[in-house]
Amino acid sequence: MTENIERHQYDVVVIGAGGAGLRAAIEARLAGKKTAVISKSLFGKAHTVMAEGGAAAAMGNVNPNDNWKVHFRDTMRGGKFLNNYRMAEIHAKEAPARIWELETYGALFDRTKDGKISQRNFGGHEYPRLAHVGDRTGLELIRTLQQKIVSLQQEDHAETGSYESRLRVFDETTITELLLDGDRIAGAFGYRRQTGEFVLFEAPAIVLATGGVGRSYKVTSNSWEYTGDGHALALRAGARLINMEFLQFHPTGMVWPPSVRGILVTESVRGDGGILTNTEGKRFMFDYVPAVFRKFYAETPEEADRWYTDPDNNRRPPELLPRDEVARAINAEVKAGRGTKAGGVYLDVSSRLSPEEIKRKLPSMYHQFKELADVDITKEPMEVGPTCHYIMGGIEVEADSTATIGKVQGLFAAGEVAGGMHGSNRLGGNSLSDLLVFGKRAGEYAAAYADQFPLGSGRRPKISEAAVAQAVDTALAPLNRDGGENPYALQQELQEVMNSLVGIIRRESELVEALKRLEELKARVAKVSATGGRAYNPAWHLALDLRNMVLVSECTAKAALTRQESRGGHTRDDYPDMDPQWRKVNLACSLSEDGSEIRLERVPVPPMPPELISLFDRAELEKYLTEEELSGLTPKESTR
Amino acid sequence: MSMRQFRIWRGDADGGELTDYQVEVNEGEVVLDVIHRLQATQAPDLACRWNCKAGKCGSCSVEINGKPRLACMTRMSTLPEDEPVVVTPLRTFPVLRDLVTDVSYNYQKAREMPAFQPPADLAPGEYRMQQVDVERSQEFRKCIECFLCQTVCHVIRDHEENKQAFSGPRLFIRAAELDMHPLDARTDRKEFASKQQGIGYCNITKCCTEVCPEHIKITDNAIIPMKERVVDRRYDPLVWLGRKILRRDQLEQQDNEAVHYVAAGRPAGVNWAQTVPAPQAPPVGADGKLPLSETSMYNAGGASPFGDDQSFPLEPDQLRYHHPQSKAE
Repeated sequence: MTENIERHQYDVVVIGAGGAGLRAAIEARLAGKKTAVISKSLFGKAHTVMAEGGAAAAMGNVNPNDNWKVHFRDTMRGGKFLNNYRMAEIHAKEAPARIWELETYGALFDRTKDGKISQRNFGGHEYPRLAHVGDRTGLELIRTLQQKIVSLQQEDHAETGSYESRLRVFDETTITELLLDGDRIAGAFGYRRQTGEFVLFEAPAIVLATGGVGRSYKVTSNSWEYTGDGHALALRAGARLINMEFLQFHPTGMVWPPSVRGILVTESVRGDGGILTNTEGKRFMFDYVPAVFRKFYAETPEEADRWYTDPDNNRRPPELLPRDEVARAINAEVKAGRGTKAGGVYLDVSSRLSPEEIKRKLPSMYHQFKELADVDITKEPMEVGPTCHYIMGGIEVEADSTATIGKVQGLFAAGEVAGGMHGSNRLGGNSLSDLLVFGKRAGEYAAAYADQFPLGSGRRPKISEAAVAQAVDTALAPLNRDGGENPYALQQELQEVMNSLVGIIRRESELVEALKRLEELKARVAKVSATGGRAYNPAWHLALDLRNMVLVSECTAKAALTRQESRGGHTRDDYPDMDPQWRKVNLACSLSEDGSEIRLERVPVPPMPPELISLFDRAELEKYLTEEELSGLTPKESTR
Repeated sequence: MSMRQFRIWRGDADGGELTDYQVEVNEGEVVLDVIHRLQATQAPDLACRWNCKAGKCGSCSVEINGKPRLACMTRMSTLPEDEPVVVTPLRTFPVLRDLVTDVSYNYQKAREMPAFQPPADLAPGEYRMQQVDVERSQEFRKCIECFLCQTVCHVIRDHEENKQAFSGPRLFIRAAELDMHPLDARTDRKEFASKQQGIGYCNITKCCTEVCPEHIKITDNAIIPMKERVVDRRYDPLVWLGRKILRRDQLEQQDNEAVHYVAAGRPAGVNWAQTVPAPQAPPVGADGKLPLSETSMYNAGGASPFGDDQSFPLEPDQLRYHHPQSKAE
């Protein structure tokens, strides 16, 4: 029987309906393009809702000394200078405009006394910089973008009589293949989850905004959707992934009770006064301030405590170090036997703020712990530990246009699925602003690219029917196969491998072992089978996602094995130091022609131009750059 | 660890039934954990929506032991141990498969809701609002769109026929949110709630507030203020006079938005829009006792609890309930 495939023609197809995807779709539609948004779950449920702390933008509302240069500096510093400088620069410059724009869509951020958008302190940011709404900023962001999409649909309805004439959301739809015409994007193929029917999008420009890969880890804050779909689609289409070894483990995820392992406790708990203690009751973070940061962090609890009320004359508490430092410190405490039974440490606000203050400043934290764990954070400390949270690596893109680098044309990427912006470690709050800044750019440049191929011009790249038939076969294979392995069991095994062998602290022997196990898993995933029918069958969906998860996990393991140093989200037990030679290198993964093998190349990190280099003290640059690089530079004279 | 009995509705639009499972349950788990274990071990194709598993996305809405709840926020320890746990799909929406329902009704209603209208004279970055002013709308923006309030609302729960005219609590808080937004340029949010969203159907039973996982005071803070404002405008004497002296066609011109709910959808003879009077304390005197007023009253005996100006039988449109016998008519 031949498959009945639903076909659609669009100018721009955005895969992913989180912050980056929705922002891209808005921009493409505003540019007059017929746009589709593909969402794996219902509209407005994307993982962006989980972001708690805020969106970083140097608006200078709370501290007027803030500006894009300071934000840029913080971002580079946080990423250990491995960032694509141009992305970090664009991001720091454009973030304020993207936040203000949200207000015109109806967003309601918390306010300062003079009625501006309030900004809060966050790990790694020199000034209070995060626009926020209590601790549910991600929800505000996604709801605002969702409502903006609806308002554009209403405009279209008024004009054309149809809400979906120019901008349509395909909810509960998964894309399994990108289809090419030569090296050009021609469309995307997938299935509707509700019915199991196939759908084909013909479009010259595609934006990938599919988020991250966390579902390959056992302890993760990520939702089921985070299976690395966009990473895998890009690889298979001929694009490259960079920095895949850099995963951020959020330092403070819940470790008790077991069912909610991995759920995040926002950094603002620490920003608002929370402290980390071990089972001996010691506030241990003072022992873990690395040399590069010593200048900025308090040395005594007394000084740290004064900072909350007088930040100008005191240095900040070490609880607010960048995330990787905090995660490493907690890991070290637990390994030294000073952790709790569940493998975490204590995070305490109950002894620091009044119950009323806690409930006002951290409402959803309070609510979450009360409902999920029956823990009252106004009365007792929380039990926290490192959790897989975010992948810095992703699709290699051109900074300005977000177009993917590699042979494929017409493919764009924004948000977590894109790599480079955050270098080896992302600062909290930089992801929400990243989504907005590069989501907008992706929509804008995808629309401009699609201009070359007007509908009906005959110039549009064409989809080959053979490729569609192949995609149908691949998608149906797990259902047609009898006696293969259970997808759930395979997923658990993959999560176990990644968590224990490619987790927060890595070493050569374990990474070699991981690659061996991944190779075995790859062969078994190719033979997975799903029972049941096609309508809303989660076993089938997982069987198809597994293919992507294994592929992307292999990239992470390979890159982690190759990079022989410790930097940001990549910590090697056997190479504990940062090596300036490695700072010059990005590891780029691509897929061999026959798709069987991941190739790893070393590509140079683009060097920063003089006007940006001059924003840093020489003393600071010395920690990151090689002698050779330093000799040709004119950094800012040390002023402090 | 213990074994528990689960009864889960399995089926699709053509029908289905409760299926029994014996499943392992560990300390500290929530219902969604158990559903995941069932998928991994006994029922791989058991359909259930979920995303964040942290009570933030509102995907895993189901009915547990008959009560609409989030599966990720329902701790097993809160359910009676000696009874099976019954998990069924949301009753108000059509079933797609197993625990997954077609919730497109909610998205359709959201689409009919006029969007935020930015003030014409302010550029991005110039918005100034006070925290105290944004807080009222912020409460409603906490909504995670789990649609539990929609499924529990009895106006549509077993009344498919009311869906066309009624938007439901989720959209009433959206209306209130925009109405209370300090900078929204539209001024007709209340009229819209009354004419287009059917807020009058709500008779304030507070079921929505009770099931809200975000603890939004849907009824008290959104629906009642919106209703009151609607009432204020409707019963403004000048408006009333205008309605008396203008011809019908002139009136329709005034109401620039067409009323699109269907009158036939309303049960005849019952005034759902009537506001229920607040309960009053007994008129006791300074001594805390009812005054001895029999001698001064028009009627012999105590005062009528319905008020002495009330004559019986009441007109049908004054009634606030269906008489059981009147169903036969």
